[in-house]
Amino acid sequence: MTTEYLDGNVLAGPLGEIFSVDVTTATGRCASCGQVAALASLRVYGPGPGLVARCPGCEEVMLRLVRGPGAAWLDLRGIVSLRVALPD
Amino acid sequence: MRRLIWRAATLLEVREETATARTLVFEVPGWPGHQAGQHVDVRLTAEDGYSAQRSYSLAGPADGERIELTVELVPDGEVSPYLTEVVEVGDQVEIRGPVGGWFVWRPESRAPVLLVGGGSGIVPLMAMIRTRRQAGSQVPFRLIYSLRDHDRRYYAGELHRPDPGLDITYLYTRNVPVSWPRRAGRVMLDDLAEGGWPATFQPDCYVCGPTGFVEAAADLLLALGHAPDHIRTERFGPSGG
Amino acid sequence: MGIISRGFSGHRSEGGDRLPPGQYLEHGFPVLSAGPTPHVPLDRWEFAIATETETHRWTWQELTALPTETPTADIHCVTKWSKFDTDWEGVSLDVLFEDVESSAEYALVHSYGGYTTNLPVEDLLDGKAWIAYRYDGEELAPTHGGPARLLVPHLYFWKSAKWVRAIQLLDEDSPGFWETAGYHNYGDPWREQRYEGD
Repeated sequence: MTTEYLDGNVLAGPLGEIFSVDVTTATGRCASCGQVAALASLRVYGPGPGLVARCPGCEEVMLRLVRGPGAAWLDLRGIVSLRVALPD
Repeated sequence: MRRLIWRAATLLEVREETATARTLVFEVPGWPGHQAGQHVDVRLTAEDGYSAQRSYSLAGPADGERIELTVELVPDGEVSPYLTEVVEVGDQVEIRGPVGGWFVWRPESRAPVLLVGGGSGIVPLMAMIRTRRQAGSQVPFRLIYSLRDHDRRYYAGELHRPDPGLDITYLYTRNVPVSWPRRAGRVMLDDLAEGGWPATFQPDCYVCGPTGFVEAAADLLLALGHAPDHIRTERFGPSGG
Repeated sequence: MGIISRGFSGHRSEGGDRLPPGQYLEHGFPVLSAGPTPHVPLDRWEFAIATETETHRWTWQELTALPTETPTADIHCVTKWSKFDTDWEGVSLDVLFEDVESSAEYALVHSYGGYTTNLPVEDLLDGKAWIAYRYDGEELAPTHGGPARLLVPHLYFWKSAKWVRAIQLLDEDSPGFWETAGYHNYGDPWREQRYEGD
């Protein structure tokens, strides 16, 4: 039995408070296994106590986001780098 | 991308879809427009300051400052009971969006489209169908709509008269109408093979619904030879919330 | 504060003084998780308490042979729900710590699946904590942390680590999974210590 998870599409609103571009279409390299995936396709647990996005390949944590009163905490240690498409 | 803020939304109209689901039409001053497949976050605040929020897919194409959401009542939910049983025309909620650039169909895209929806997963797919109609697009669309039974169909009247170039296959998982050619059951390989496009057509596939449904359907599409980068998925919670 | 939605009231106001500030009374038992439910076969399961110099281990057989207690507790989740009179059965940490010699003041709790949480050692002792493996008269379900979880009801429930595997004793505090993501390092519901800085 797998715990129900959502996908990274659900990060669009919360991350939209922090980033001025839509990072759910950005691709990230998993710091654990090296797989590259669009953030929209990560496996997301939460939203309480926080959003935890895991690699669809190896299940390790790629991103964590906690939204509290007056602040958000964002941990991206699980992503080596994000590739964000931008206009020339 | 424009700044993402919470906007006041006023309920203009309600349309009952089924015994447990309704479409809500909101007016949102300042709405920047949206693409088919995107969603919004809806926030409710009580007088004591308590607030709850959930995400809902936009059900229709961009239409000035009007947006439509279709909400299913989730027993013991926090937000859906309010949206399906309490909110009345004239009431206000807060809406943030549109968000989600991944699960999007753009009318400029020429590839044939396969839409696979389970339960309330039909909502963003309907936005794509309605956007196609509004754009006068001739891109061939096939929809496979899996749901428990006949009574739970959203958009029943509209899908009964599908636009030219849109083919629809219904899959019932619990109860089938009398003389229905297919037995009740979950989506299987043959359903996608018969109701979908051959992988050689290289369609863009959009799969939406509860996690279990999306996993099953996406795996079947891969088994049929569709390329992983031609399959986009959106998973809702057990029933959305 | 946001626009008020007419007729939206969120949760009924039951519970009175027994509820810590900002909480509401929940009659169900919500499942929150940071990841997939781990599955550890009982013949490979173990629980350990590790100091700098030694590690005490218990197999499932050994743990379940120890004397148990049946605490009834109110539990409080940082996401604002509280549940009264929850019934548990498990081994008191006082029993497990009997032969552990350490002057370490801090504990870092590890779970199967990688979750961690930290708390002072004194919050684990003197009848305040258990390794619980039965809930409401039945085996603890995997979604609620089974086969065994830590139970520390006087702190927010994120400290009651599901799928507990080991407690590591340290001379310096080592913030865990949620404590390094904005949640409070200690988490006392009666002082509403939800987030860092509260």
